[in-house]
Amino acid sequence: MNLTFTGLVVGAIYALFALGYTLVYGVLRLINFAHSEVFMWGSFGAVWAMTLLGARSGMSWPAAIGLLLVALVAAMAVSGGVALVVERIAYRRLREKHAPPLVALISAIGASFMLSEIMGLRDRIAGWLNLDTVLAPYVRQARENTAFVNPLPNVQVLEIAGFQVRSNQLIVLIAAVLMMIALDQFVSRSRLGRGVRAVSQNPEAAALMGVNQKRVVQLTFFIGGLMAGAAALLYLVHIGVTRYNVGFVLGIKAFTAAVLGGIGNIRGALVGGLVLGLVENYATLLGLASSWKDVVSFLLLVVVLLFRPTGILGESLGKARA
Amino acid sequence: MSTATTPAKRSPAKPTFADRWTTLPKPVQIAIWVLIALFFFILPLLNLPIVSTEDAEFGAVLATVANYALVALGLNIVLGYAGLLDLGYVGFYAIGAYTVGVFGSLHGQVPWFVLIVMAVTISTASGLLLGAPTLRVRGDYLAIVTLGFGEIIRLTALNTEWLNGARGITGIPRPPSTELFGLPSLVWDGAVAKVDLGEGARSVFLKFGLLDAVPYYWLALAVIILVLIADRLLQSSRVGRAWEATREDEEAAELNGVPTFRFKLLAFAMGAFVGGLSGALYASRVGAINPDSFMIQLSMMFLAAVVIGGQGNRWGAIVGGVVVAYLPERFREFADFRIVVFGLLLLLLANFRPQGLLPPRRARRAQRADAVTKELEGTEEGARA
Repeated sequence: MNLTFTGLVVGAIYALFALGYTLVYGVLRLINFAHSEVFMWGSFGAVWAMTLLGARSGMSWPAAIGLLLVALVAAMAVSGGVALVVERIAYRRLREKHAPPLVALISAIGASFMLSEIMGLRDRIAGWLNLDTVLAPYVRQARENTAFVNPLPNVQVLEIAGFQVRSNQLIVLIAAVLMMIALDQFVSRSRLGRGVRAVSQNPEAAALMGVNQKRVVQLTFFIGGLMAGAAALLYLVHIGVTRYNVGFVLGIKAFTAAVLGGIGNIRGALVGGLVLGLVENYATLLGLASSWKDVVSFLLLVVVLLFRPTGILGESLGKARA
Repeated sequence: MSTATTPAKRSPAKPTFADRWTTLPKPVQIAIWVLIALFFFILPLLNLPIVSTEDAEFGAVLATVANYALVALGLNIVLGYAGLLDLGYVGFYAIGAYTVGVFGSLHGQVPWFVLIVMAVTISTASGLLLGAPTLRVRGDYLAIVTLGFGEIIRLTALNTEWLNGARGITGIPRPPSTELFGLPSLVWDGAVAKVDLGEGARSVFLKFGLLDAVPYYWLALAVIILVLIADRLLQSSRVGRAWEATREDEEAAELNGVPTFRFKLLAFAMGAFVGGLSGALYASRVGAINPDSFMIQLSMMFLAAVVIGGQGNRWGAIVGGVVVAYLPERFREFADFRIVVFGLLLLLLANFRPQGLLPPRRARRAQRADAVTKELEGTEEGARA
């Protein structure tokens, strides 16, 4: 029971994170390797917002909720911004030139290295600008774990079959699922969402029908970034620390989740994330040490791809590939 | 051979370097190759003022560079010739290194030459094992599956007690030494009419460290030359043609009777062979390995080496390997910012020189073919309009 719930919580975070991969892949047919760094920057956005507002642990409920919401907005804003930057520097020129996918991958790898190292060297960069004393709480120990001060009292909310559900976990799970539902509705009902779907089905036809492709691509990066920012905040609530290279392993996991569910498929990301979270946590039941968790998730990925290459729910938003 | 046989892309008045090269008589070509090889063999002894690294042992740096170049050659077979995007190439490297470690130090005392043979055998076999089921999946999924495999191999090494887990393996045997004769190394100071601005002339170079690393560099260089020859023979054979056809258009190749799957598997196994070999050489050079030596980032570095150099061009692969391994060592003063600069370099290259530094002639030919096709399509559309 305990495992199930933890698995769901972790899975929900994977799912939110996976959305960015899925959206970009759906529209561009490219693996956005720099998305993990988008997540990482978002997590720092949240940490810095909390530092700025002087959050302490164990505040009263209304204040704590308010602070968390501010942190959420901060994380989403930073992530969305970084995602747009990635699109601009790593993808736009290549898209206009119709470069082969591999080149785009290399470009994204370059962007990813840069983004994560810049964060890991932020103390040095601040030193250059003579801001290191002013910004000390934000930049010190750039290569170490940075703790996230969670202002929420983490109380026990309910008990299911002898297992205590804590408020943090519940918040993470509910928030993640709400976000996913909102996004799904946005893509399937709004005008912008229609543009996204159109471009992912047939870019040329969409362009002929007056869909602004450049806008749509920017939008997908941005939304993916927003979701990664939300995932980053929830991750902090759940785990509590971040560091400059946190995105790497998590990114691969989130990508695994996206592929599991069927890449390019938004609901698939949710399914894939939850399945991955559960499988990872159930692996400990099989007598495997928790250090084998990652191996289990990668094996799962390989097995799924071999037997059902398009993932659990199939590729993309119900489109036929020419 | 005359320049007239080459397509008249440029005016005949300006023959390209390649044209000039092919018109040289064969013995001269071979002599030039030998000279180039010789230059690289004595490179660590020259201590050239600008080339030499100041903050790191030049011999060790060269050994690292050679290692990267070898890996890039191997990955170039998989990626450049057969067009298979393998993001987990570091896995084969790790298998080679761990084979040497496990049977040479941890659980056995096998002689070194046998170890190398074992390493390439095991990594080639694992290439076949991984390739057989996975090469049926589509391009970008293949990338992810291989990425997963690379991580699985590392994590298995990390979590298996029999492989010593996170502690890694130490005391890996070195190649058997035969001390025939010592070679002097040059020191650049007033003796040569070369102004030495830096501290290129440091007697430290004659110490143990360098004399330790240079032989490894020579070994790696010898292996590179062998691999290059094999590579060249392969690429110009039926196998190379089959790879090219598969890369350009798999369906068309299959319809024309090329058993694409078998050739893809062959490329994968070849790549695994070279990867395992370079991993084994690496392990016996550094003497100690642990799972952290084989992070996925290393795969990305290998990939970057191939792409920077120009996929499908063996010289490009070597150049890329040199770029990726040497530049960070040469510019140690930016040590902390190495990776930032490296990332920036990748970005710029991908955006402004996507073919790599040395695009293969194939790609140019393919481009021309594309241009012709486009032109034809264009005229058709024009006719319809």
